[in-house]
Amino acid sequence: MPQDDSTPGSTPEPTLEPTLEEAARLQGARQFIQALPHCRALAMEVVRVAAGAAEIAMPYDARLVGDPRTGVIHGGAVSALMDTTAGAAVLSHPTAPMATATIGLRIDYMRAATPHQTITARALCHHVTRSVAFVRAEAFDEDPGKGPVAVANGSFTLDRGGRS
Amino acid sequence: MKRPEPVQVIKQRRDAALRALVDGVPYVRFLGIAFDRRGDELTGVLQFDDKLIGNPALPALHGGVTAAFLEVTAIVTLCWAMLWDDLEAGRLDPGTLSHETLPRLPKTIDFSVDYLRAGLPRDAYARARLNRSGRRYASVHVEGWQDNRGRLFAQGTGHFLMPQRDA
Repeated sequence: MPQDDSTPGSTPEPTLEPTLEEAARLQGARQFIQALPHCRALAMEVVRVAAGAAEIAMPYDARLVGDPRTGVIHGGAVSALMDTTAGAAVLSHPTAPMATATIGLRIDYMRAATPHQTITARALCHHVTRSVAFVRAEAFDEDPGKGPVAVANGSFTLDRGGRS
Repeated sequence: MKRPEPVQVIKQRRDAALRALVDGVPYVRFLGIAFDRRGDELTGVLQFDDKLIGNPALPALHGGVTAAFLEVTAIVTLCWAMLWDDLEAGRLDPGTLSHETLPRLPKTIDFSVDYLRAGLPRDAYARARLNRSGRRYASVHVEGWQDNRGRLFAQGTGHFLMPQRDA
């Protein structure tokens, strides 16, 4: 899947000091994620949000193990984290969508996440049209030197409200 | 000529093997996924629970839950197909089967989910088809539905790396 205009690890690192507006946005995103039962069940926590970008962490939990012989977290739980983070990136886009839903999501699993480590996903909503948002996401364990655990590309609906 | 085995013996053996495959995976229990078996055909059943909700306003299942359910169904169906011949030939003893003695699980290489409609707050079902199941790689398609078999709420396709079996 070629992506000419993207460089690896291109998810932006916001460089500005957090403004009041950004602090409010983080607070809003935390409340939003807290209100989603499945995100609560997985103990997801919003680390950072910026315009069209989000970072969410999910602590290791023995209930999420996919292979009891290795203790590695199931890919499905990583999918849930990536999907949530991608959705949060869409909702924090400057065009201020009212709601979003996943249309399609493709995840590549590069390596097993190290057991007992938190997994953190970063997503960037890199393009929006009137009704579709495109998102890239990466998930890391606590050893980012090893590269991402998984990467994802997704398309999401964009509900801007008001249109009938 | 061998007499056919009694039906209960066959069912017991197959169900014990399926239980060994499914029950040992914590995440499958966490999501509340069980498998129905008709002969060698498996249907994944995701029992609805509030913790599976991702959109409380609708309410709808979390997209990640849907993806996980399809992926679990794909992996279990793939493992089941891998075990079936050994099981039927009597090379596997279901009495001693556990996650320690079963072959290792396939690893997901990639998984792609197509969300067709919102997942409703009730049970969901999924069935996988092995498009190709080779020595090293497998390609699997999964369909998920709720009330109507013909109205899928999601489908997925994934590639898997098969475990290397002992020579």
